[in-house]
Amino acid sequence: MSFLEYNVKTTPSGWRKVLYLNWALILLLIAVASVGFLMLYSIAGGQLSRWAEPQMKRFALGLAAMFVVAMVPIWFWRNMSALAYGVSLLLLLYVEFFGTVGMGAQRWIDLGFMRLQPSELMKITLVMMLAAYYDWLDLGKKSRPLYVAIPLALILVPTFLTVMQPDLGTAILLSLGGGAVMFVAGVHWAYFVAVIAAGVGTVSAVFASRGTAWQLLQDYQYRRIDTFLDPTNDPLGAGYHITQSQIALGSGGWTGRGFMEGTQSRLNFLPEKHTDFIFTTLAEEFGFVGAASLLALYVLILVFCIVTALQHRDRYASLLVMGIAVAFFLYFAINMAMVMGLAPVVGVPLPLVSYGGSAMLVLMVAFGLVQSAHIHRPR
Amino acid sequence: MKRTQRETEDSARQIGRRSLVVGGLFVATSAVLAARMRYLQVERADDFRLLAEENRINIRLLPPARGLIFDRNGVIVAGNEQNYRITLVREDAGDVDAVLAELGRIVNLDMVALDRARAEIARRPPFVPVTVADRLTWAELSAVAVNAPALPGITPEVGLSRIYPMGGDFSHVVGYVGPVSDYYLEQTGDTDPVLQIPDFQVGRNNVEARLEHTLRGSAGTKRVEVNAGGRVMRELDVDAPDPGSDVQLTVDAGLQNYVEARLTGESAGSVVMDCQTGEILALASAPTFDPNLFVRGISTAAWNGLNADPYRPLANKATQGLYPPGSTYKMIVALAALEAGVVTPGDTVNCPGHMDLGDRRFHCWRRGGHGRMDLVQAISQSCDVYFYDVAQRVGIEAISAMARRCGCGVRHDLPLSGIAEGLAPTMQWKAQNRGAAWVVGDTINASIGQGFVLSSPLHLAVMTARLATGRAVQPSIIRSIDGISQLPAPAPDMGFDPTHLDYIHRGMWQVNNDRRGTAYGSRVDVSAYGVAGKTGTSQVRNISAAERASGVISNADLPWERRDHALYVGYAPYDTPRYACAVIVEHGGGGSAVAAPIARDILLRAQLGEIPPPELYPSNQRRDIERMHRELPILPSPLVPSGRTVRSQA
Repeated sequence: MSFLEYNVKTTPSGWRKVLYLNWALILLLIAVASVGFLMLYSIAGGQLSRWAEPQMKRFALGLAAMFVVAMVPIWFWRNMSALAYGVSLLLLLYVEFFGTVGMGAQRWIDLGFMRLQPSELMKITLVMMLAAYYDWLDLGKKSRPLYVAIPLALILVPTFLTVMQPDLGTAILLSLGGGAVMFVAGVHWAYFVAVIAAGVGTVSAVFASRGTAWQLLQDYQYRRIDTFLDPTNDPLGAGYHITQSQIALGSGGWTGRGFMEGTQSRLNFLPEKHTDFIFTTLAEEFGFVGAASLLALYVLILVFCIVTALQHRDRYASLLVMGIAVAFFLYFAINMAMVMGLAPVVGVPLPLVSYGGSAMLVLMVAFGLVQSAHIHRPR
Repeated sequence: MKRTQRETEDSARQIGRRSLVVGGLFVATSAVLAARMRYLQVERADDFRLLAEENRINIRLLPPARGLIFDRNGVIVAGNEQNYRITLVREDAGDVDAVLAELGRIVNLDMVALDRARAEIARRPPFVPVTVADRLTWAELSAVAVNAPALPGITPEVGLSRIYPMGGDFSHVVGYVGPVSDYYLEQTGDTDPVLQIPDFQVGRNNVEARLEHTLRGSAGTKRVEVNAGGRVMRELDVDAPDPGSDVQLTVDAGLQNYVEARLTGESAGSVVMDCQTGEILALASAPTFDPNLFVRGISTAAWNGLNADPYRPLANKATQGLYPPGSTYKMIVALAALEAGVVTPGDTVNCPGHMDLGDRRFHCWRRGGHGRMDLVQAISQSCDVYFYDVAQRVGIEAISAMARRCGCGVRHDLPLSGIAEGLAPTMQWKAQNRGAAWVVGDTINASIGQGFVLSSPLHLAVMTARLATGRAVQPSIIRSIDGISQLPAPAPDMGFDPTHLDYIHRGMWQVNNDRRGTAYGSRVDVSAYGVAGKTGTSQVRNISAAERASGVISNADLPWERRDHALYVGYAPYDTPRYACAVIVEHGGGGSAVAAPIARDILLRAQLGEIPPPELYPSNQRRDIERMHRELPILPSPLVPSGRTVRSQA
């Protein structure tokens, strides 16, 4: 029982909920998705049916899902958190053994109308689980070692499973996102200092293990790190993507080459030009102005999420919304950093813009949770 | 956990503090991203522009060589030939008109093609190569290559283009390829990058289309460094394309050529099958057209010409054309009756030339009547009244069930376009589609293959093969893909009573070999090559009572499109059936006079593997046959397997 349920009478109910939706946030989401449609149309050479149209359909589905999730009271979702996490974990285990592998990375379950990637699902359900955990936990116990070990296990088990897939990008997203929820929940500073120290140690271990029998990462992941550190030493091999995406980005200039006029991102046949590298096309065709505008839209979405979290008195709602904000932030920050040569190429899509069903749908459900938190708030 | 008001406020305050820290990290990271963006896009923009424009690395797609199509003996029926062409990239050319004018001074440019290319250049993005000249000679291509410095954006290229060395013979089997259209991309949803290659060709119909993914192969890539003019400075590496798989047909090119030639001048279709294995040895539709016309996009004039032809060369009459099968359907009625036990082979029916049913009179084709007929006689003399009588005893359901068992009124699964299903009507079908109850008159019409019954030559060939062998052979047209056999397992037995089949066979033998048989004129004089069959003549108009009274107008006096269809089905040799054949000549007149002689020639050609010598024909026909064969527009036989032609991109 939390604070919230003592004040149920003051939260909006029935159709009045629609009035309390955060409509500005919805408009922002539509704006970002529309940027995606434009770019997918352009990359397909002016063809609607290839990527833009399916993407629009999925976004419409996502919007509908968001509305449905938003209408359900946030305390219902809190009660569902452990179940959702458990199901995600089972699915993750299932694909580990029976899933289909595509492009050497993420594994999925074919549902017929879409491919479900349980690792995408886990990004949200992990946040839900952790928020519910800290909602349940006695406030005074949150920094005791045993009660820190529990959420750590909740984070590390799915992280380990995604690393095994091997999907490094999702693993990073899961661990950082989970860590951020623990941080916001108020776990003692010292733990985070320790983790950062351990992280530095792990990175050293990863490099030290290279070439030995207990090598921690796949060879291609090492090569990606190598070429990230120095793209020029292999401009036609593994460094090709980074070099080419920077050339494409850089040649956009202030205002870009104009819609559908980009040459680099198309001609150079970046293999993931409609998914992970879609930002290069945007940057080339609309220049700094276009790229910075998209970044501004993303930051505005974060601002709305943080405001929702701060307004809420309920621990679960605040933690959940912050966790979702962090996950969203990590998506676009890692993707942009990756294509701009600030981070290694790890295969993280640009949220709501890159072509892809699972990620889009899961994100929209997550924003449905944000909306639910926003609506079901005592006023 | 129940919390006090104070705890709740404490918790919210702490979350608020830490959220602001996280928010600060968001802003800081975003600022770093924005700064990096500014650095790359504003401060270093000129560097990258330069890199992009002056020394960029391109991946060029290399088209795969399309798989070849062979006949059963290894004769190439669809091959690839070298094609020298010139492409232009708009953004490298700068002033497109000036470059084209310069190009026009070096090689002869076709004005129509050039206008089309200009429209294409304007429509496509500036970096896409567009073909401006095609099918050049080696000398012309060399001249362009030598003058390259004066022609920015122009690239001489060597590509492969489809060629059909057998001309029109295989257009209704192999089909043809054509350029990739927007409509094609829309329809198929195909996102294979090779489709973006200029002048890439995809199968548009028949085997070329249905086996598109087998024949296509996959693209290779070539990484090249190019300069500002689009000129290749050096090749970095090449990943060779994966050529498409070679397909071997069951069709015999020599026989196919003979059948097409034999049908020339008519609007007709014919199918020849190996009646033991179901392999289709010839599948012809006349008149035909040259598939090479379509390879680079057909001209409007040629297209309109093909469409305006009343003989409809574009339609595949062998598989898409549906006709009332006429008397060729009578074996089905006879076999259904024998199997149902409603007649025995010895039972006779008296034919006075007509049969009355209520106030309707159904006529036999022979006005004076046949007299007493037993089953074998009724088949060989094609007595309609016998079958009117027998059909009423069997009923339409048993007849149509037998038809479907024999392969009529079902869709045969061949990799050809628009295969017709045909129709073996049932009472339920009529109730659903015509909204009327089945009447006995419908059964009587169906008993002689008229009324609602519809079949294509393919159906009739399958029927003939199954009747001849008593085995459920399935038609097939692909023999192997990349040397791996695609032929079906041996066909199971149909389960017919052998004595029943024997009477059907005897009736069919007498059609060609008994003095009173309807195709006696089309007999073979050497019994080792003996042909058995059945003629059919199907009406396409109603004969009124008034016309019948004043004498039925003969076909020769009717306009072409109102004449009867001529049909014939048959197999040979009689003793050990090997080849089954169906021929339909649209509005040809009578089956015995028009279709049967053609089928006999085809069956002899199939058995001998060469033009049949005149000695096999009745002595009084030999001179005419010899002259006919001399004038037939056929390729010199035997066709030589030509092995491989061009396999990979130069």
